[in-house]
Amino acid sequence: MGKTIIEANRLSKIFGSFTAVNEITFMVKEAEIFGFLGANGAGKTTAIKMLTGLLSPTSGEAQVAGFDVYNQTEDIKRNIGYMSQRFSLYEDLTVTENIEFYAGIYGLSRSRIKEKTSELVQKLDLGKVQNALIKSLPLGWRQKLAFSVAIIHDPKIVFLDEPTSGVDPITRRQFWELIYEAAYQGITVFVTTHYMDEAEYCDRISMMVDGKIQALDTPELLKKQFDASTMHEVFVKMARPHEKI
Amino acid sequence: MRIIYYLVKKELLQIFRNKGMLPIIFVIPIIQLVILSNAADFEIKNLKLYFIDNDHSAFSRLLQSKLEGSQYFMITGSGLGSQNGDAAMQNDLADLVIELPRGFEKKLMREGFDKIQLRINAIDGTKAGLASIYASEVISDYNREIRDRYGASRSLILDHTEGNKIEITYSNWYNPDLNYKTFMVPGILVLLVTMIGAFLSSMNIVREKEIGTIEQINVTPIKKHQFIIGKLFPFWLLGLVELSIGFLIAWLVFEVPFIGNIFLLYGFAALYLLLILGMGLFISTLTQTQQQAMFISWFFLVVFILMSGLFTAIENMPVWAQKVTLFNPIRYFIEVVRMVMLKGSGLFEVRWHILIVLLYAIALNGLAVFRYRKTV
Repeated sequence: MGKTIIEANRLSKIFGSFTAVNEITFMVKEAEIFGFLGANGAGKTTAIKMLTGLLSPTSGEAQVAGFDVYNQTEDIKRNIGYMSQRFSLYEDLTVTENIEFYAGIYGLSRSRIKEKTSELVQKLDLGKVQNALIKSLPLGWRQKLAFSVAIIHDPKIVFLDEPTSGVDPITRRQFWELIYEAAYQGITVFVTTHYMDEAEYCDRISMMVDGKIQALDTPELLKKQFDASTMHEVFVKMARPHEKI
Repeated sequence: MRIIYYLVKKELLQIFRNKGMLPIIFVIPIIQLVILSNAADFEIKNLKLYFIDNDHSAFSRLLQSKLEGSQYFMITGSGLGSQNGDAAMQNDLADLVIELPRGFEKKLMREGFDKIQLRINAIDGTKAGLASIYASEVISDYNREIRDRYGASRSLILDHTEGNKIEITYSNWYNPDLNYKTFMVPGILVLLVTMIGAFLSSMNIVREKEIGTIEQINVTPIKKHQFIIGKLFPFWLLGLVELSIGFLIAWLVFEVPFIGNIFLLYGFAALYLLLILGMGLFISTLTQTQQQAMFISWFFLVVFILMSGLFTAIENMPVWAQKVTLFNPIRYFIEVVRMVMLKGSGLFEVRWHILIVLLYAIALNGLAVFRYRKTV
């Protein structure tokens, strides 16, 4: 495996009296697909926002792509892509207008934008709807487009915050093919999800419960460790240790 | 620069694609300009006059016909006795009552003077003041005629004042016909452009916060000033286009004269729009929902509009309020529009206005850039 690209050391975020993220420590290697799992409200989104430079940490340290999350956030932003939980494309713009806009503000050249646009339209099979408004597209298509737009500037890392929630199983599969393709091209993928079948696709997984990372390993070793046959069982055992399955 | 180009392009696409907003931006202000300019008319004509003639003489009839002949009054009733006049005033059938006493002609001929009574409904102070001035004007004209006909010693005394010995002649500069539209249209145009600019810009960034797209922008390496300029420029362009349409209407429909230098006015408008849009964007960075942004802008706009000098002269305000108007951007634009359009003032005369608006614009846009946070 390559070198470390994300490193967090006792990273915390406290809102008033509520500790959203409690001293998490982990590292992610280059071109890895890193699954960031946890129940709703476990602190995944807060952690992602700190790593992408959207939110200042309260304490702890972290480096993303070699830059510090406290005072080099703009350098981080040049090297990452991000697909937020909330819908990030402009619904009142067309497919090509969205591609052009995001490519443009990342500073891609005009010819490169043209190239990327036709490449994406072809890859995602959006030829017929390239001039349709985003709001007229089904959710699954939008999410695939949003992912492709998030990596349009060929970042080192892409952060995906629950990219497949509400998407049908077939589209989810296609979505994961896109993720594999990105990882194959050398982009590190940092992804949160609640779908445990998706967790199986990750190289390594961290499990977050109440702001803390409770476990971190490959899916196989986690299953062994918790004596479970699926990731689903691992998750339930960890998130609700007192309940029987 | 290229990044700003993409931001501006996206913003313009969104504006022109929004079928709900487009008429609000272009059609409604034009309709408002036409309607408001015709309605906001301070000129008072056709005051309702109740004429009580207790004398029924040649003299009293002369006064009545003089009042009737003036463009200010419309005799809506006449009768005998004070109480009829009072009733008419009470029922809003009269704005003023003029009562001539019995034996008016006789006294005027024998003793050389008499008094008549003028009662004015003063609920609206401005209107009452004008009614009194107009009535005095007609009556002094009447006095002059009587003196000419019957000798210098005879005159009518109104309100204990001597008949006018000094004649006043008026000369109305810059608006010779006292046309209120000439005075109001440029001012109303300023208000409309201000409102559109302030509302659109104040709701813009906060709208992206509501939808969630701002997060996607904040995670790009875009610079804060690039973002603010990208938001500012489309609305600035829109404001200038809108202003041009307004000027065209002022010129074609209302025939407002344009004496000064049009480029000076555009230059000032361009600066002024930067100020207003900066204010809107600053509000947008402070708020979390479009509703909050709307209320805050509305609050400031109402204060600014009422204290702009358009509806009430700034000179008539108490001293503290006059000082408050120094912070009112609309005040400066209204002054400049009137100075340049109607008086033909040049760059030198409006230099302070330019300086103040420039500094104000820099301050507000600076605040907007400062307050816009990419990292919370």
